[in-house]
Amino acid sequence: MAGLHQSDFKNPVVRWIDTRLPVFTLLQKEYGTFPTPRNFNYLWNFGALAIVNLLIMIATGVFLSMNYTAHTAYAFDSVERIMRDVNYGWLLRYVHSNGASMFFIVVYIHIWRGLWYGSYKAPREILWMLGVVIFLLMMATAFMGYVLPWGQMSFWGATVITNLFSAFPLVGQHIVTWLWGGFSVDNPTLNRFFSLHYLLPFVIFGVVFLHIAALHITGSNNPLGIDPKGPQDTLPFHPYYTIKDSVGLIVYFIVFAVLVFFAPNYLGHPDNYIPANPLQTPEHIVPEWYFLPFYAILRAVPDKLGGVLLMFGSIAILFILPWLDTSGVRSMRFRPIARWFLLLWGLNFLLLMWAGGKPAEGIYVTIARLATVYYFLYFLVILPLLGRLERPLKLPESIAAPVLRGGGPVPAGAAAKPMEKA
Amino acid sequence: MLRFRNLLGALVLGAGALLSAAPARAAGEAVAIPDTRFSFDGIFGTFDRASLQRGFQVYKEVCSACHSMHLLSYRNLLEIGFTGDQARALAAQFQVMDGPNDQGEMFERPARLSDRFRRPFPNDQAARAANNGALPPDLSVIVKARPGGADYIHALLTGYSDPPEGFQLGQGMNYNKYFPGHQIAMPNVLNPGQVQFADGTEGSVENMAHDVSSFLAWAAEPELEQRRRMGVRIILFLVVIGGLTYAVKRKVWADVH
Repeated sequence: MAGLHQSDFKNPVVRWIDTRLPVFTLLQKEYGTFPTPRNFNYLWNFGALAIVNLLIMIATGVFLSMNYTAHTAYAFDSVERIMRDVNYGWLLRYVHSNGASMFFIVVYIHIWRGLWYGSYKAPREILWMLGVVIFLLMMATAFMGYVLPWGQMSFWGATVITNLFSAFPLVGQHIVTWLWGGFSVDNPTLNRFFSLHYLLPFVIFGVVFLHIAALHITGSNNPLGIDPKGPQDTLPFHPYYTIKDSVGLIVYFIVFAVLVFFAPNYLGHPDNYIPANPLQTPEHIVPEWYFLPFYAILRAVPDKLGGVLLMFGSIAILFILPWLDTSGVRSMRFRPIARWFLLLWGLNFLLLMWAGGKPAEGIYVTIARLATVYYFLYFLVILPLLGRLERPLKLPESIAAPVLRGGGPVPAGAAAKPMEKA
Repeated sequence: MLRFRNLLGALVLGAGALLSAAPARAAGEAVAIPDTRFSFDGIFGTFDRASLQRGFQVYKEVCSACHSMHLLSYRNLLEIGFTGDQARALAAQFQVMDGPNDQGEMFERPARLSDRFRRPFPNDQAARAANNGALPPDLSVIVKARPGGADYIHALLTGYSDPPEGFQLGQGMNYNKYFPGHQIAMPNVLNPGQVQFADGTEGSVENMAHDVSSFLAWAAEPELEQRRRMGVRIILFLVVIGGLTYAVKRKVWADVH
């Protein structure tokens, strides 16, 4: 129905705008009074941190691109020129390159939070799947961004990863040629990667919007994994969670600052300060740290196509996770057996990350293979079975009941306080 | 030693199709690089200007015969404590190519502050031709481009010796304890007393290696001092604002718990 919006705002200017375009009402509804479970722990900071990180990446990236030259002959030197001759260029670049690492740290913790508290379960399946889409887009963006400085790891990383597509029978080589825009990784490749590296963050931004829109339909999950039953279970987002997110944000900034100002190249590879040389292969080609778990899965398979399929499968499986986990209980607090398997899965993920950074030989391959088996075993066998076999602990009656008694895990069978109906 | 491999080889190595137990690693196991004490070590370390200036002298008189540093300009010498006149005089010792002039011809002239460091060879082929087929790498960011950084450069420059018995040295190659594979095309270039330092510092191999490593560390990260200064301030600021934010958080949540 058309017609002016009935605005509650007193300020005449705000009111004038709000009656015509109710953005203030929207903000008030979605970020002001938005009812949010009262029992969030600090793991619930990481969604907000990820948004801030995305904005930092876009802001620094826009300025970097003003001084960057996407040409194989100039790219490396133009990046070093940013480091030396652009005002605070070193700051922009180190914030951007370490920002990529911070983004993955934040998003991995965010995903872990979702796994531990069952945030992927009904009714949040689409919210979760949109998150997986964001993760995939992030990986593509980060990969192409790493190519842009045109160092040795840029070039050889691009060569190895794009060549993965050659594993597909018949069309493989054609796909690779099409990706490259030629017959090897060269200037056309660099140009299109730069273009896509600039484009994809805005696509991510769009999907993040959908991710948040879906979140605001279903509402947030919480550490107990039970639905809020009334106003006594929730708090308005502002000021309670704006201030709690701010605390996490400052801690995040401190970690970020330590990396940028005191160890800006710690997470990078020295070889990427050697200009790309198509005739000279580095001793060990390793991707950035955040890709190592998937790189380990890729290398764990003795067959190239099999490795590629398994690597893509390791992400694709996340899309169907909501249906693989057959348990009706969300939070691992109330799943006495599953939580040990999930904890092991988390450690296993770190083990894969470690193995991915080692040469593909000897004991490292064996470890990577075992870890890969467990990665999939957890999703395909353990979770579906546990949903039927495991006896979950008794869920609390409401969020308010245990929280008001000091929080923490509730002993099984604890009597819930009678709820007051608001 | 980095090897030439064809594309297929790279794919096999990188994509992990290769799972053979027999490792195809470079000859010679890695030697631990000794830790050298530099003024810029640690979180609060800064560059020693006198050392950087001596290091530049070593680069100018020894390294620059073969190694370029094309990301640096002579104006950057002002940042390591040379005065304008000193830097201009240093630059003028190099002849750089300029042009074309009004007649359409290239010509040589003494370098100015705005010029990049002169490259010793007109192109990579000329560099290889003059160096037994080896290409002396550009040194602009060499400290960032090698694991171990300045420690490695220092170790490399002081790591020359006769090869151990039974070590097969290639034609025109030199033995170096710290170079991966131990065979390096670069000869031992630092000999005692080779560089006469104006400030009275003894021209020992150790001093020359130490100073030129410092100089290269500065060249790779000229922003280091500014970066650390800014970092200390920003982190102190964040800690204070973080404490305040946490206090506000406690106050806001006081009525909920």
